[in-house]
Amino acid sequence: MAEQKLVATTGNALVAEAFRQIRPDVVAAYPITPQSSIVEDIAKHVASGRVHTNYVTTESEHSAMSACIGASAAGARVATATCGPGLAMMWEMLYIASGMRLPIVMANTNRALSAPINIHCDHSDVMGARDSSWITLFAETAQEAYDNTIMAVRIAEHPDVLLPVMSCLDGFITTHAVDRACMLDDETVAEFVGEYVPVNALLDTENPSSHGNFSGLGGLYFEFKAQQRAAMARASSVVAEVGERFAAISGRSFGMVEGWGMEDAETAIVVIGSSAGNVRHVARQLRAKGQKVGVLKIRCFRPFPVEEIRSALRGLKAIAVLDRSDSFGAEGGPLYLEIRSALYDLQERPPVVNYVYGLGGADVKLDLIERVYSDLSGIAVDAVEPAPLTYLGIR
Amino acid sequence: MKWDISRAGEWKAKDFPIACVIPTVGNSDDYDVGGWRSERPVREDDVCTQCLLCWIFCPDSSVVLDGEKVVAFDYEHCKGCGICAKECPTNPKFGRKAIEMISEGCELPGVK
Ligand code: SF4
Ligand code: SF4
Repeated sequence: MAEQKLVATTGNALVAEAFRQIRPDVVAAYPITPQSSIVEDIAKHVASGRVHTNYVTTESEHSAMSACIGASAAGARVATATCGPGLAMMWEMLYIASGMRLPIVMANTNRALSAPINIHCDHSDVMGARDSSWITLFAETAQEAYDNTIMAVRIAEHPDVLLPVMSCLDGFITTHAVDRACMLDDETVAEFVGEYVPVNALLDTENPSSHGNFSGLGGLYFEFKAQQRAAMARASSVVAEVGERFAAISGRSFGMVEGWGMEDAETAIVVIGSSAGNVRHVARQLRAKGQKVGVLKIRCFRPFPVEEIRSALRGLKAIAVLDRSDSFGAEGGPLYLEIRSALYDLQERPPVVNYVYGLGGADVKLDLIERVYSDLSGIAVDAVEPAPLTYLGIR
Repeated sequence: MKWDISRAGEWKAKDFPIACVIPTVGNSDDYDVGGWRSERPVREDDVCTQCLLCWIFCPDSSVVLDGEKVVAFDYEHCKGCGICAKECPTNPKFGRKAIEMISEGCELPGVK
């Protein structure tokens, strides 16, 4: 295991350090709160010669992702960062990046979508992009944000995958709070991510190729989407494999899901991102009082770890899914819908309830989490009728 | 490298090149785009003065020469833009241009 440096800094500073260590050839970005300090730090690293990256300032996120696509098609290792409305503005280009199978790595500092205008955390931005064929990782802490950024490069560039990766961290909560984390040294990271060998580089003049082609009036489009689905399916094992390799150099394990107390839990909360810490804290207190509660944190949302979720949640008496975004008009939030669907094929389906929480950075206080566990214990003994959807902590 | 697409009709989804990248260049010749046309240029040899303006102006290299003489149009690649007909000078002896654009229609071979 490599020697590591313990640092106290923000999630954003760590993501910028990770970007410096993976040595992207090109970073094209547009600043947006709460992502800004990532790109500011990268700009500083470039200006001070700590990394030889071509840093491209653009006039919008649409242009930023377009520049990333061009650079990646040219054969460069490319990284960028955005969030919330910036991610929304990239929408069109997200699909082009994945459709062109370009292994771009992007940090997304989850931010709510307007209106009303809000700069704080929720997952509406990334959940809107969930169908764009980007591999999507979530961090709970600054440490995970750092680790995920480094792993993202290997996952994206893996020849079986060749899809872009979005590495998400919660706006302000994880991006701006000073946290304790371990950093690998530059050489270890450089060795871990390796040299990028592009498949069809436009700048490879010996082997000219044509990119961004019209797929024909005859409808050769479907076939390329089938290829993307197959690549996403292969990504599952690549994510696991890269996680194992990363654990070998860092001592920090990575699983697509991470359970706490799940071995003998009777009820559990499923959660994504920074709130997992709060949920675990409450679970620990309840465990001390003898309640068999568990926490299942999703670290990889795309590809969706159906098998892992199924085996973790099988046999539970009641499950609550916390969604930090809503799918208005649907039965519940996006995570809830997918968890329920993942459990559908089980012989005995546990009751699953949905709590939409923390939209626009609304506080996720411990008593709210306690309330969820208490609802679950009522549902588990049939004392409480499960409410399909609750806006947790709403006035 | 010449990219062999002769059996493309039998390809399954996995056989297509990743990301719709065409892994070679100079292959537009292989692609029959004549069907994009709504009008086709037709040339009267008697009226043509062999000035070669049509050959110079055609954006699709679809005016076929034999030596220094226009002999035909390449209807597999001509898009029917009409530039050749526009540039073709009126021959004073006949009072008309050698090239005329005529509508593509059902009477053409292979069109149903
Ligand atoms: S119609 Fe246009 S494409 Fe066709 S031969 Fe004339 S100039 Fe060329
Ligand atoms: S422009 Fe007209 S006259 Fe001149 S070569 Fe072409 S067809 Fe003949």
